[in-house]
Amino acid sequence: MKRKAFLIIGVTAAFAAMATAQTTAKTIIPDDVVFDEYGAVAMSLTGVAGDAANGRKLFANRKLGNCLACHVNSEITEQAFHGEVGPSLDGVADRWNEAELRGILTNSKNTFEGSIMPSFYRTSGFTRPLEKFEGKSILAAQDVEDILAYIRTLTE
Amino acid sequence: MIKPNLQRVASIVTVAALTFSLNAAVASDLVINEEISLTNETAAPAHLENLTTIYSGWNFRKSETQSLQMDDFDNPGMIFVDQAIDQWNVVEGEAGKSCAACHTGGVEEFAGLRAVLPRYDEEAGGIQSMEDYINECRTDRMQADAWKWSESKMTAMTALIGLQSRGMPVNVAIDGDAAEAWELGKEIYYQPVGQLDMACASCHEDNYNTYIRADFLSQGQTNGFPAYRLKNAKLNSIHARFKGCMKNIRATPYKEGSDEFRALELYVASRGNGLSVEGTSVRN
Ligand code: HEC
Ligand code: HEC
Ligand code: HEC
Repeated sequence: MKRKAFLIIGVTAAFAAMATAQTTAKTIIPDDVVFDEYGAVAMSLTGVAGDAANGRKLFANRKLGNCLACHVNSEITEQAFHGEVGPSLDGVADRWNEAELRGILTNSKNTFEGSIMPSFYRTSGFTRPLEKFEGKSILAAQDVEDILAYIRTLTE
Repeated sequence: MIKPNLQRVASIVTVAALTFSLNAAVASDLVINEEISLTNETAAPAHLENLTTIYSGWNFRKSETQSLQMDDFDNPGMIFVDQAIDQWNVVEGEAGKSCAACHTGGVEEFAGLRAVLPRYDEEAGGIQSMEDYINECRTDRMQADAWKWSESKMTAMTALIGLQSRGMPVNVAIDGDAAEAWELGKEIYYQPVGQLDMACASCHEDNYNTYIRADFLSQGQTNGFPAYRLKNAKLNSIHARFKGCMKNIRATPYKEGSDEFRALELYVASRGNGLSVEGTSVRN
């Protein structure tokens, strides 16, 4: 994976080790993810429990989740700029269950039609993607599970 | 399940309290050198279905950035305009001519030109931008090398020529021979692209007046171009700006000077019909 290689070279070893996703035999590739009619995804993408602490880092990372670009999150006060394109994620785990949140993270467009929120675990159906991102998802499967574990802690 | 409006209000309040005060898109008047009053807010042109009011990008910038544009002595873009005034008289190319040699009325001859560009050009058989006209003179009339679309001599010359129209309303034609390119430009504007799968409209129509991380989104108007950006300390062409926005959403940009970007330039300019040409704006 090119993106991982870049991270390992570019960032400190400790961070890279954290960002390196485990790919297991159970990892579901993006095109095979099963959504229910409301856009929820019941099955874990990897079968490996999410790491909330790593998920919190990915949430703020501008090159990966970059969720702060569009969402306010009062739990992350050390980052100055929180965007306001989407709703605040404070208490989001009270509003949606695990499968629904996994669905929103995997491909938000199945839950919110025409959403500006990127599809984080999708590899097909893009128009004019930059070559270096072609055929790649924004997040790896375990990244999604890690962010999911983190946002599941956001209760009121 | 979600209540977007309530959520939105809640998030705006949180953001404001957290870190910074919001700019107001409906800001003060843009007056330059205390005498030239520009239209930075006006009714949207009839063809624009989803907006009622259009705003200059100036409205969305912090007051320090705004004030740099309000006095030509403070406007860092004017340094490049001075360079273009010198360039105007430089003899280049096999024909042994300078711009001044033929354009004997001086650069003032071009008053009004910026406001109507890009436009359909019979001779070229397509849409022509300011850069195309300048390069046509350089290659065909001066027998000199063409300038690259966004190189500093080119952006400086477009700034000097654009300045002659400062204060005039943008008024590009979208009908007749221009209609086909305008439709193409519109299509590009609304087409989600790149790995982030967003369209120009996602940010500049649906979410202007909103923070996306640290960036306060404007309507993405082009009436202030070429724009001096504090970020790269130079003048930036319209096509370079388009390219930057496309790369940010991880899309393969069209080429500067391509028919697609000329069409998009026409369409975006038409979304600003009625705003003043700003000459050389200052942006972050
Ligand atoms: C480009 C902007 C953008 C980015 C980046 C983005 N989102 Fe969203 N998100 C939205 C918008 C807008 C909505 C509201 C749904 C809609 O109207 O499309 C939303 C909705 C949500 C919801 C449902 C919220 C609720 O309260 O109902 C969750 C959960 C969510 N996003 C999580 C995330 C996470 C986690 C990330 C980072 C991995 C992320 N988003 C990145 C724009 C964004
Ligand atoms: C040899 C004479 C000559 C030289 C030298 C020359 N031009 Fe021109 N330029 C023309 C002519 C002729 C036209 C076409 C005028 C028309 O069609 O009305 C023109 C048109 C233009 C136009 C389009 C004007 C319009 O209203 O459509 C621009 C802009 C322009 N020139 C800029 C320049 C610049 C900048 C330079 C120097 C880099 C330059 N020209 C050098 C002769 C010249
Ligand atoms: C992810 C959001 C996003 C998308 C999508 C996007 N832009 Fe932008 N654009 C920005 C930001 C941020 C700025 C700088 C702040 C501002 O003026 O909005 C900007 C600035 C601009 C400006 C300069 C405005 C000025 O007054 O200086 C233009 C013109 C522009 N964009 C055009 C486009 C076009 C055309 C597209 C589609 C090809 C596009 N943008 C897509 C985020 C975006």
